[in-house]
Amino acid sequence: MIINHPLLGPRDSQEFVYLGDAALIHRPDGMAEGALDKFIDYTYLRDNPAGTHRELWYHEQGDRSWLVVTRNTVTHEITAVELARDVARTEGRSK
Amino acid sequence: MRYSGFRVIAEALTGHKGWKPAWRDPAPQASYDYIIVGGGGHGLATAYYLAKEFKQARIAVLEKGWIGGGNVGRNTTIVRSNYLLDGNEPFYEFSMKLWEGLEQDFNYNAMVSQRGIINLFHTDAQRDAATRRGTAMIMHGADAELLNKDQVRAMYPFLNFENARFPIKGALMQRRGGTVRHDAVAWGYARGADSRGVDIIQNCEVLGMRIENGRVLGVDTSRGFIGAKKVGVAVAGSSSKVMAGAGMRLPMESHVLQAFVSEGLKPLIDGVITYGAGHFYVSQSDKGGLVFGGDIDGYNSYAQRGNLPVVEDVAEGGMSLMPMIGRARLLRMWGGIMDMSMDGSPIIDKTHIDGLYFNGGWCYGGFKATPASGFVFAHLLAKDIPHSTATAYRFDRFAKGLMIDEKGQGAQPNLH
Repeated sequence: MIINHPLLGPRDSQEFVYLGDAALIHRPDGMAEGALDKFIDYTYLRDNPAGTHRELWYHEQGDRSWLVVTRNTVTHEITAVELARDVARTEGRSK
Repeated sequence: MRYSGFRVIAEALTGHKGWKPAWRDPAPQASYDYIIVGGGGHGLATAYYLAKEFKQARIAVLEKGWIGGGNVGRNTTIVRSNYLLDGNEPFYEFSMKLWEGLEQDFNYNAMVSQRGIINLFHTDAQRDAATRRGTAMIMHGADAELLNKDQVRAMYPFLNFENARFPIKGALMQRRGGTVRHDAVAWGYARGADSRGVDIIQNCEVLGMRIENGRVLGVDTSRGFIGAKKVGVAVAGSSSKVMAGAGMRLPMESHVLQAFVSEGLKPLIDGVITYGAGHFYVSQSDKGGLVFGGDIDGYNSYAQRGNLPVVEDVAEGGMSLMPMIGRARLLRMWGGIMDMSMDGSPIIDKTHIDGLYFNGGWCYGGFKATPASGFVFAHLLAKDIPHSTATAYRFDRFAKGLMIDEKGQGAQPNLH
């Protein structure tokens, strides 16, 4: 697979480390009500869809950026690559 | 019809006109007592043991394609019980014992071949870990032997013993481990279940579950609604998809694992060899092909085909362990979809929905578990309590911190 890095252009997926579902960006608030149950869900449960999947890849052997890659898990086709930082800011984290 | 040597001779003398199809092709009834979703090894074994050991009736197995067309036909056929942890080893040893009596039990030639498996080690630390694992196996009634370098060399003289970085220092051996003809396992269980009245319904995809007031009423399928008192799901690889029909999210990701077969060669490897320094393992089929594999690709996938970086990695592992493999040509390769669970171990449990039971999360180790998985799942379905060897495979072990993590990798499915 080739991942089209937003800053560096097309890179071989072998340069990256895979983490998993991009929902992991949304770590629960540890001080909130019911935080324990939310952390159990956050840590262990996954949607695991067959089809479009937004997922976190880390460019370990490159610029060490975290990316959000939108990829189809049935065809392996990649349709969008964004910097995870931009995604997190857009979705309201770490302003 | 019972299969036997006498039967083969009798049929040979009468033109082989007496052989009948090994199972029926029934239309689905309106309702059953038990519906097993998934006509793979685990689902068929569950139906077989439900009918045979637990004396239940009105059982159907629903399969979206043809039976045995999924992971039971896509694995590398190895059986073993060389696990370390308390939650795992008694279960896998129970499975090993069932393999040993399986062919007589279901009257089908599954080519169970206890040809021995060795796990090589390359450092003192690995030897100590192998000693510990072997001791744990023996304590749970399995067999294990520690081999030194000369003993390994006598068995497999062609291995790369003097590799400067990863010299072979010995191996942990389980002589009762080996290989089984994987398709025949599915066929044998199917035939055994069918002859005891189980309806095996192929080309019948489960599209959703019908649940009212916290109780399952049946399943919506591509062949209409089928009612059931109890529904058992055994669809490893597609577990998240099927259980989403019941509104559940599971502690697992689906990943692709590739396997490879070389051209047919003369007898070369009589057992199973696993490499301790890279992820590579190899055995030789009765037809002569070297059957080998390595790591999962490492990203979520339902594609049943992998990518080239892992092919290269497996080939490098093979070249590093047995350099002569470079002269063999690759005949074919394929991928299968694994339920990679959050601790690398399976789940066999009731769900929070009455009448809905789940069996999955087998990672890349489901084939060896087939008989025990079917037996304990049938036990759970029939009696509503887990079998004594499967009490740890619960959904709530993650919330309670009771993970069964053989590799100690934590909640990162692609590392198990």
